[in-house]
Amino acid sequence: MNGFFDIPSDLQNTWAGLIGLHLREALLPVLAGLVLALPLAQLCVRFRWLYPPVLGVTTVLYAVPSLAFFVVLIDYTGQTELTVMIPLAVYSLVVLVPAIVDGVRSVPQETLAAATAMGFGPVRRYVQVQLPIAVPALVAGLRVAVVSSISLVSVGALIGNQGALGNLLAAAQKYDRPELAANSVLTTALLAIACDAALVGLRALLTPWMPRGGRGRRPAVMAK
Amino acid sequence: MNVLDFAGAFFGDGAHWHGYDGIPQRLLEHVQYSLLALGLAALIGLPVGLVTGHTGRGGNALALVATAARALPSFGLLVLIVIMMGFGLLPVMIPLVILAVPPILVTTYEAVRSVDPAPVDAARGMGMREGRILLQVELPVALPLILSGLRSAAIQIVSTATIAAYVSLGGLGRYIVDGLYQRDYEKVVGGATLVAVLALVTLALFWAAGRLAVSPGVRRR
Repeated sequence: MNGFFDIPSDLQNTWAGLIGLHLREALLPVLAGLVLALPLAQLCVRFRWLYPPVLGVTTVLYAVPSLAFFVVLIDYTGQTELTVMIPLAVYSLVVLVPAIVDGVRSVPQETLAAATAMGFGPVRRYVQVQLPIAVPALVAGLRVAVVSSISLVSVGALIGNQGALGNLLAAAQKYDRPELAANSVLTTALLAIACDAALVGLRALLTPWMPRGGRGRRPAVMAK
Repeated sequence: MNVLDFAGAFFGDGAHWHGYDGIPQRLLEHVQYSLLALGLAALIGLPVGLVTGHTGRGGNALALVATAARALPSFGLLVLIVIMMGFGLLPVMIPLVILAVPPILVTTYEAVRSVDPAPVDAARGMGMREGRILLQVELPVALPLILSGLRSAAIQIVSTATIAAYVSLGGLGRYIVDGLYQRDYEKVVGGATLVAVLALVTLALFWAAGRLAVSPGVRRR
């Protein structure tokens, strides 16, 4: 396809530059969401009654369409990257809290008791026992959060070209060049798949005790 | 003015309650798009998930397809399809169905796979054929998980169906897209509130469906 990588000059960026911008706009919010989700999830594990209301509030936030979220925020943060990143951080938080809570709750009582008996304090027990065992569930949540975040950044194109690779969609319509839209969709999809694969690799690195090639949660019983 | 004032102003304005751009009409359109997309996605995801889950084969291929489908950006796909095919209902349905198939497919597969093998073996020992085992033993036991997959697909569709307005169709997204271009924040907040409420109603409906359809013996566990 001719002109596939020929980015219009009014975007003031190269293809690689757009990819970098896209990754930053997508991944920083997930990181922020993770930093917020860890203590919130711990509170939900500690105080069981807190979990249902937290789930309710986050579900409502998750249902707010990204575009509406962006537009409402323009009033407060202007047409900037931050306006795109705040909703994405909220969506990540919503995905990560249940994932972490389920992961931490799945740690068997005997394991916790053994750690306590070995003299682990609550903080050390959390960091060295509960968190590592929760890694598969945590990474499963991160995969969903990262992939949807990468996909949603494109919508930022509607609020003053804050969509990184999504800006190519607007350019495709403006200059009637469908190949730019194809570029945007394909590049975004490949970025998402690459990040997803990186997270799968990270899980394998962090959980050396899990069987290789299995789907994570369950030991591979299907092998005959 | 904060968000609550905007919402109050939007819902307090009588002009928003009738006509072709009125709340009932837009709500109806939104529900229609969502139901159609969910129906199509279920038509693809449920049978494939049930059969692969029953046979236990093709799990890896399924995970690959689901990852690829999840990676496709809904909004980008919509713009690309509209540029190539023109405006219409089909260009909106394709991204919505692609969005909804992975959660339905993967949860259904996992749900059927994780059914306790003892009752399945018992059914087979009693001479049940594979089709009946799937529909009368595995499906009822797996139903709560399958419903949760359908639920998350439905919530995502309800929220994402707003993009239909970007390509000149109706639905609640009309308020959000029009509000964006008219700098009318009342409309944006009103539209977003309606979508969130619709998502909550969807949650409630799935909860009710679970109460009705899941057998008491399965629910108790």
